[in-house]
Amino acid sequence: MLTKRIIPCLDIKNGRTVKGVNFLNLRDAGDPVELAAIYAAEGADELVFLDISATEEKRKTLSDLVRKVAEKVDIPFTVGGGIASVEDVEILLQNGADKVSINSSAVKRPELIDELSKRFGSQCVVVAVDARQLEGQWLVHLVGGKEPTEIPLYEWVKEAEQRGAGEILFTSMDHDGTKNGFANEALARISELVNIPVIASGGAGEMQHFADAFLKGKADAALAASVFHFKEIRLVELKHFLKTQDIAVRL
Amino acid sequence: MKNIVIIDYGAGNIQSVKFAVERLGHQALLSDDAQIIKSADKVIFPGVGAAGSAMSKLRATGLDKLIPELKQPVLGICLGMQLMCRYSEEGNTQGLGIFDTDVLRFPDIVKVPQIGWNRISDLKSDLFDGIKEGEFMYLVHSYYVPDCSEAIAHTSYGTGYASALKKDNFYGVQFHPEKSSTAGASVLNNFLERVS
Repeated sequence: MLTKRIIPCLDIKNGRTVKGVNFLNLRDAGDPVELAAIYAAEGADELVFLDISATEEKRKTLSDLVRKVAEKVDIPFTVGGGIASVEDVEILLQNGADKVSINSSAVKRPELIDELSKRFGSQCVVVAVDARQLEGQWLVHLVGGKEPTEIPLYEWVKEAEQRGAGEILFTSMDHDGTKNGFANEALARISELVNIPVIASGGAGEMQHFADAFLKGKADAALAASVFHFKEIRLVELKHFLKTQDIAVRL
Repeated sequence: MKNIVIIDYGAGNIQSVKFAVERLGHQALLSDDAQIIKSADKVIFPGVGAAGSAMSKLRATGLDKLIPELKQPVLGICLGMQLMCRYSEEGNTQGLGIFDTDVLRFPDIVKVPQIGWNRISDLKSDLFDGIKEGEFMYLVHSYYVPDCSEAIAHTSYGTGYASALKKDNFYGVQFHPEKSSTAGASVLNNFLERVS
């Protein structure tokens, strides 16, 4: 049976992890390669690296990082952040990334999804969607959730699937950072709407939230950052906990 | 030092396979050169992406003729394994015909592609020495090989299917040993050190 995936997310700026991380056994808490290796050893099923640098050398720094991660880490990883062209993706995949995540660039130019899936296969194209509810309607937001659009969430994820997305990574801006749980109703609706895997993101605060994302939200995977970085939740404990609720996990 | 060659025909993420071989203490050469491939001790045939365009690339370089004639152990990974079969529903593609089976699309009762960790069982080859029944491996695929006489591992996703194949010196794994943590590394190590 295919297991549910737990995915730690690392925010990267100029090749270093940002946001606090609280790993006392790390020589250098800012080294994403070392952090990634620890998560892999502790049972992470995949990793996501989200690059938030805005420098001109971004592409070079990011491809160097991807190469170092691929050398050391023996589980799959996705790279996202500012990816806007076939050329961007080619460099990342050549250096060892397994998948790329595209967000604003896909909303602004949806054909990018077609181009990437035709060239590299659907399996490596993750379409990330940030959305929040405005007057009862879920609307897609851009630039890390700052900029609203008129695009309804459910229409966009369906279009993304039809254009060749291999997975949907859905972040609820209403839940992100609250630690009150994932947006399970919206997740369940997306999961029923599309026939590709759905990754839940935004809102993880305790272990039950992950169980709810799988049981109520029907998600195929759940992503979180700070609860793992600050060791509020340990991957091994989380997986044992999920197993007690009859959720299939890799242990 | 073993002479390990990874067939480089421009299909997908082969860097990860090279890194995985290096983590096991070996060197690997990426090549599409017939002489280099023929002289290897072990040949790895990876692949990610679409079957049709991958077969076109193999035909354009003559690798479609070379690979079935190789005498040393050959390991097809993911699309590599699927291309070693007779025919794939993906793009209506004729394969290399090494394995006597076809490749079908997963039924829509499950999400397609299958992405993630699933169990392999009914393990039947020295490729799996030291691997426990039901071990987890990482899989990413939309097409599958049905259970058949050449199957050496079994997985379930909507339907039961063959997650590894063997015929003579040819091996194929649907999962990604290079991305399947320590268990995947053991399979790769068995291929490099054990099978002959």
